[in-house]
Amino acid sequence: MTPSLLLLLALGLGLAGWLAARARAWSFRRAAPELRLAALPSYHGWYVALWVIVPVMLFALVWNVVSPQLVNQSVLASPAAADLPPFGMQRETMLAEARAVATGAAPGVFNPAARDLVDPFREALSRYNAIGLAVTLLIAFGAGAWSFLRLKPDFTARTRVERAVMGMLLLASLVAILTTLGIFVSLVFETVRFFGMVSPVDFLFGTHWGPDPMSSAENPDPTRYGAVPLFWGTIFIGAIIAMLVAIPLGLLSAIYLTQYASLRWRKWLKPSLEILAGVPTVVYGYFAALTVAPFVRDIAQSAGIANASSESALAAGLVMGVMIIPFVSSMADDSIAAVPQAMRDGSLAMGATTNETIRRVLVPAALPGIVAGVMLAISRAIGETMIVVMAAGAAANLSANPLEAMTTVTFQIVAMLTGEGSFDHPATLSAFALGFVLFLVTFALNFVALRVVKRFREAYE
Amino acid sequence: MSDALSPTRTPAFKARLRKRYAAERRFRFAGLSAILFSVAVLVFLLGSMILNGLGGFQRVTLKVPVDFTAASLTVPTGVTDRAYAVRSLGDQGMADVVRFSAERTLGEDAAAELSPDAWRIVAEQAVSDPGLLLGQAEFDLPVTEDLASAYSDSAAELAPLAQRLAADGKLTKGFDAGFLTRSDATSPQEVGIWAALKGSMLTMLVTLALAFPIGVLAALYLEEYAPRNRWTELIEVSINNLAAVPSIIFGLLGLAVFLTLFPHMRSAPLIGGMTLALMTMPVIVIAGRNAITAVPPSIRDGAMALGASPVQVVFHHVLPLALPGILTGTIIGMARALGETAPLLMIGMRAFVATPPDGFTDPATALPVQIFLWSDEIDRGFVERTSAAIIVLLLFLLLMNGLAIYLRNRFEKRW
Repeated sequence: MTPSLLLLLALGLGLAGWLAARARAWSFRRAAPELRLAALPSYHGWYVALWVIVPVMLFALVWNVVSPQLVNQSVLASPAAADLPPFGMQRETMLAEARAVATGAAPGVFNPAARDLVDPFREALSRYNAIGLAVTLLIAFGAGAWSFLRLKPDFTARTRVERAVMGMLLLASLVAILTTLGIFVSLVFETVRFFGMVSPVDFLFGTHWGPDPMSSAENPDPTRYGAVPLFWGTIFIGAIIAMLVAIPLGLLSAIYLTQYASLRWRKWLKPSLEILAGVPTVVYGYFAALTVAPFVRDIAQSAGIANASSESALAAGLVMGVMIIPFVSSMADDSIAAVPQAMRDGSLAMGATTNETIRRVLVPAALPGIVAGVMLAISRAIGETMIVVMAAGAAANLSANPLEAMTTVTFQIVAMLTGEGSFDHPATLSAFALGFVLFLVTFALNFVALRVVKRFREAYE
Repeated sequence: MSDALSPTRTPAFKARLRKRYAAERRFRFAGLSAILFSVAVLVFLLGSMILNGLGGFQRVTLKVPVDFTAASLTVPTGVTDRAYAVRSLGDQGMADVVRFSAERTLGEDAAAELSPDAWRIVAEQAVSDPGLLLGQAEFDLPVTEDLASAYSDSAAELAPLAQRLAADGKLTKGFDAGFLTRSDATSPQEVGIWAALKGSMLTMLVTLALAFPIGVLAALYLEEYAPRNRWTELIEVSINNLAAVPSIIFGLLGLAVFLTLFPHMRSAPLIGGMTLALMTMPVIVIAGRNAITAVPPSIRDGAMALGASPVQVVFHHVLPLALPGILTGTIIGMARALGETAPLLMIGMRAFVATPPDGFTDPATALPVQIFLWSDEIDRGFVERTSAAIIVLLLFLLLMNGLAIYLRNRFEKRW
């Protein structure tokens, strides 16, 4: 039974419950027109519908996880499964193949040994489908009948339904905490596994990066897991080159837009900056790899640097900087707009030019907000993946030459997890350790920056 | 006398004033050039994509007259499965018939440059119209990458052949509508984006179905009901933080959690959609909260005074008024999710997918991932195809953002 079918069934049964309960509430009203119902008839309907839908959905959720295992077990218990290979990949693929044929997903089996398993699979599937359907109906009618019988003219259906709604609202807002927790726990879990194989000291302070996913997973060479070149590449591209582009250009754009541009210009220029922010990163990455990187290389070669590579930290950093401009600009825009008009007027009244007012009054007053914006921009730049994957290169270089290829934390996460390595190999697990470092750093930057922004807003309110 | 009126108008003062005004002009110019630089980069980026991409919407085809009278090919009767009928024609030697006809009319060298899968197009048309197999017909068939590049590059090895065929009017370059309906292939002459586009749409559907209700409900709770305490603060901190967490971290979460829970759904739109939903949800919550705070308190007080319960106040009055703002934020969040690549790479939506996914659990890829995969190809022809796919992606984003702006202007109320 597919999940969507169960969902439709739950909704259909819920609708039936809703209609029946509302009709019953109306019948109460008709039976005693002088009495007021404690809740509107539709609330009676919702009460019963919730009692039908929620248990059925919960059951469907559990059943979806449990039933494939039950089916597998009954197939393995059948005589046809006796001559399956005991464990490992072959056994799994044979089972998967037979299952695909039995469910109709595949026309036939490739492996003749799997053919005998198709019929037991079909049988088990239909048996457990029937059981699932029966239990679903049983739950729906049981819960529906119980809640239906509770309906009375003075039954406070509305408060109960509203309590359920409040519960749903609370659950929805807990998803955010659960997500954060999920990220934290899963990263910590895999990172601890990684640190069981490679010591954290080697990882955090080693200067050579070159994991070999094909090597034996048993005793990894800890000297190949030094992440310092990755941290340096990330900082050099995201926090230095990109910021050298984004901070001055973003700040000047914001100042021009808020202080100088006429309303008509502003109406055209601001949306075009927003378009720049809306371009997907994969497009920037393609632009960097196809246009900017060869351009940078040609310039370097014409300047006499012979060994300039076509993948350079400079190209990736420049494009990343352009991508961040709108972000810095809008953060600076907000902070400058938060400075009280009186400060600006006071400075102008003393005879300062606009430019002096901006540089000596507005920017210093808005500085905390601007710094926080820059911190958020850095956190975004170091977490940016596609541009560096497409333009920065894979070589882990520890150098300050922007024309060299350089790799970053995000690049290596992608490289380690999209290869062929097994999930238990330290090279694969190192991606999670890198992800954990990235998460902690961006979390710290965001946390501090959001605090500063909040404090800053309060200061001028 | 004039000295008394303006005691500051000394030559030194005038020089200083001139300098200050010059600095003012320089500063203003710097601001203008900063913003014009951004605009210029944008124009250059879009321009180069469009220039490259226009070629990607075209392809070179060879006009091949095929004579079926000598061959005894028949479309199997009573079969509804088109793929089966095409395969059957292939088994009957359709490829040889096409090749033989091409050799006879265009020469052996030209026939050798016909794409190996060209007979499929003939077979597809024959299945739709079995009458074709009784006579002669002319087909526009794709060619190999070598001949296609020789069409526009006169230095290529096959340039003489291409020029000869072009002079005969046999080799032409035209709009390739199939680019939007075909799927990924190994030759740039035969690729299309339909599988990736469909994968993206299925992924976005899952994202919307999860992120929109959860986001709106969470925003309502935080703005309207949440008590001011530790827990609420924790929720707010995590939402603000999640909105700024790098997207690749969500990919790691999807890999570690979702793929452990559903191990045989690798590269399924369902998993991709769930991962992107976690990423989009905070955006919707933040936009939703802004829209909800903008609803004036008098609306709530009025409803409350007429006896509505707190839940009725919110669901009957506040939510409908805040909905346009919430929808605008949702569309912007969805547009961001549509362009997102890194998390989808993590959960394996980077496979070679030659057939469009039929459901939420089939292996699929997404449009941005397809762009990334094509950008890695060495073949020259993929550059144009990649740019064409980027144009399609940007058009979708433009459409979504346009819709968001329209909604904002049309329905947003100011109190």
